[in-house]
Amino acid sequence: MRKVAIYGKGGIGKSTTTQNTVAGLVEAGKNVMVVGCDPKADSTRLLLGGLAQKTVLDTLREEGEDVELDDIVREGYNGVRCVESGGPEPGVGCAGRGIITSINLLEQLGAWDEKFAIDYTFYDVLGDVVCGGFAMPIREGKAEEIYIVVSGEMMAMYAANNICKGIKKYAEAGGVRLGGLICNSRNVDNESAMIEELAKQLGTQMIHFVPRDNMVQRAEINRKTVIDYEPEHNQANEYRALAKAIDENEMFVIPKPLEIEELEKLLIDFGIAN
Amino acid sequence: MVKKKDITNGLPDPSELMEEIIAKYPPKIAKKRKKALVANNPDEGPEIQANVRTIPGIITQRGCTYAGCKGVVLGPTRDIINLVHGPIGCSFYAWLTRRNQTKPAEGEDNFMTYAFSTDMQDENIVFGGEAKLKDAIREAYAIFQPKAIGIFSTCPVGLIGDDVHSVARDMKAELGINIFGFSCEGYRGVSQSAGHHIANNGVFTHVVGNNDRPREGKFQVNLLGEYNIGGDAFELERLFEEAGITLLSTFSGNSTIKSMEYSHTADLNMVMCHRSINYIAEMMEEKYGIPWIKVNFIGAESTAKSLKKCAEYFDDDELTAKVDAIIARETTKVEAIKAKVKPKTEGKLAMMFVGGSRAHHYQDLFRELGVTTVSAGYEFAHRDDYEGRHVIPNIKIDADTRNIEDLTVTKDEELYRGDLAEKKKALLEKGYRFSDYDGMMPEMNKNALVVDDVNHWETEKLIEFYKPDVFCAGIKEKYVVQKYGVPLKQLHSYDYGGPYAGFEGAINFYVEMERMLGTDIWKLVDAPWKHEPEIVGSFAINE
Repeated sequence: MRKVAIYGKGGIGKSTTTQNTVAGLVEAGKNVMVVGCDPKADSTRLLLGGLAQKTVLDTLREEGEDVELDDIVREGYNGVRCVESGGPEPGVGCAGRGIITSINLLEQLGAWDEKFAIDYTFYDVLGDVVCGGFAMPIREGKAEEIYIVVSGEMMAMYAANNICKGIKKYAEAGGVRLGGLICNSRNVDNESAMIEELAKQLGTQMIHFVPRDNMVQRAEINRKTVIDYEPEHNQANEYRALAKAIDENEMFVIPKPLEIEELEKLLIDFGIAN
Repeated sequence: MVKKKDITNGLPDPSELMEEIIAKYPPKIAKKRKKALVANNPDEGPEIQANVRTIPGIITQRGCTYAGCKGVVLGPTRDIINLVHGPIGCSFYAWLTRRNQTKPAEGEDNFMTYAFSTDMQDENIVFGGEAKLKDAIREAYAIFQPKAIGIFSTCPVGLIGDDVHSVARDMKAELGINIFGFSCEGYRGVSQSAGHHIANNGVFTHVVGNNDRPREGKFQVNLLGEYNIGGDAFELERLFEEAGITLLSTFSGNSTIKSMEYSHTADLNMVMCHRSINYIAEMMEEKYGIPWIKVNFIGAESTAKSLKKCAEYFDDDELTAKVDAIIARETTKVEAIKAKVKPKTEGKLAMMFVGGSRAHHYQDLFRELGVTTVSAGYEFAHRDDYEGRHVIPNIKIDADTRNIEDLTVTKDEELYRGDLAEKKKALLEKGYRFSDYDGMMPEMNKNALVVDDVNHWETEKLIEFYKPDVFCAGIKEKYVVQKYGVPLKQLHSYDYGGPYAGFEGAINFYVEMERMLGTDIWKLVDAPWKHEPEIVGSFAINE
């Protein structure tokens, strides 16, 4: 089984990209499980056709210790297994601790039991690595490969670099590696070249460039992935290509995070300042 | 048998010992610890490092900020429900471990025998614990109908950001009783000292001044920094009562929230433990004009001196006569026991590492028995407790200290006691000392080794060097020290003894020391076979 975590700046399109990519893998016959690690619990909406799922933490709260795997895992598009960790409302409690609790519970309940024959687990993690809890999926060998969703906007690149710092920290102690950058285009000038260069400097690759297309939003408003909603559309092919690239990926590295000056220079050399 | 240090010509120069202790440390730590070990020189007043962070990994004596706030300052008050917001251990282990006693009147509330906790679980950490805290307050109120509830924050509460103060406000409005919270998370300060300060701020803000009760006694005082360990307060209350001094409130031995509410109607504040409570003394003076004096009721001579100082303040013939009579009568009793015990204790050596004032106060008791303190230090005191309050303007205010709020207090125009301020002014001119504390070091011998925040490595070296006859500290040190063949007297909980304050207390302590210093049991700590073989034999080989 391959264990994948998707990180990236808040609002960059992690959940959308993850679900569309997962749809591509499922279509190609893979058995996939998606674990949403965001208190908003919207990481599996497109695969399930809505936000109907009860989260792990809500279930734990309501049922006490008496929780069964079936209570928290739901099957979505083409049999993809979906879990939402859930968490507190904004401004209270500790969402990081919530992720730790729910991943531990999933393990105890045997969510990864051999009988499920899971080929891929995707952890879709909220925003930046803000605390130990959000780093949970990359600690203790839970996820082994990381993909960072990024665009040519400065803050997205800055966040990607920060995430690389987190990966580096845990890579040295455990087995986690960076699999590549996924560029989710914002139509920034020279975007592809700039992200390719950023990837090169980080010691990794731009595994795919996902062009911007309103079809993604159209599918989203209908609670579907592009592959599910409009399988013939070019954007569906883009996600299929990304799924294939991940499936065939053999480049797993410990990233070399950039100094802030180097990052700024990159923007000057390639970006709008050019 | 180990050979005793000969101290007839003064204490030995501890420089070599200090060097040996420091030599073991990595350079950065050595540099820091060096400033916390000082060979005393009462004439020169050397500077000591205090109230700075403990070195991680060193086995310290210190407790946490929560322990200082909940366990020390509010723990001994009986008519308040002290509700701990956090996982259960923090509540259980801060529950009456200091042996604070209390004596409620018939039908009066006493909640000290209960441990109250919100018993936070994983779920409360993830989703926030405010709702559970509110439920706990409602439940406690429904069962006990207390007049006050204090909420104490443990570490996770600060991490997840539960707002105990807003919960306190809401519940105060809902239940109509006094409810207030303390942000006293364990990690807030370098030691329990920060917790004392937080407790002082909370009690002053939410309790002191709530009841402007009319005067009931001719001489009204508060006793600050007395915690009624082993019944100390009962002995002092007996003395005050007989002298005709009305003790309004003690902070906080054998105390009630009710009495703290009218404590601002006192004429004088007497401060025992300067470290834990000087904040309230200062704030009460600023707001209400009540002067404060430093007293010490540990040791018969110190008790007599403190009582006299109190009488002198009120300058009343009848009071002075009563105080003198009490002192004369009690001294006779004390001297009789002392005459019996002192020959057995004279010339013995003591070491004490405890608290923020006890390591100083107990030296007086030992001095009365002819026991010399060769080395001493505090767990959590600040420089002024070592060197005297004159150093306060020179104490470096670091970030850790700034982390604890310093309340800005203004004069209460209506209640301010101008007459007391006048009285203070007149007495000051006559040489009477207010708001003053000379600290521990000026009263200790030259070359006595003063160590702040002592750790186990240093403790062991100190024992090897001085071979003391008695070591005073707490439960964490007790058995390590005793394995060295040195009896340890706990000065936090008094083991199972006390009271040791006042005259009766001094007698108890003399008798206790006669027992502890007189026994031969400590010579038997080493197993016989450590020094000589148990069986002696020989064997022959047959050809």
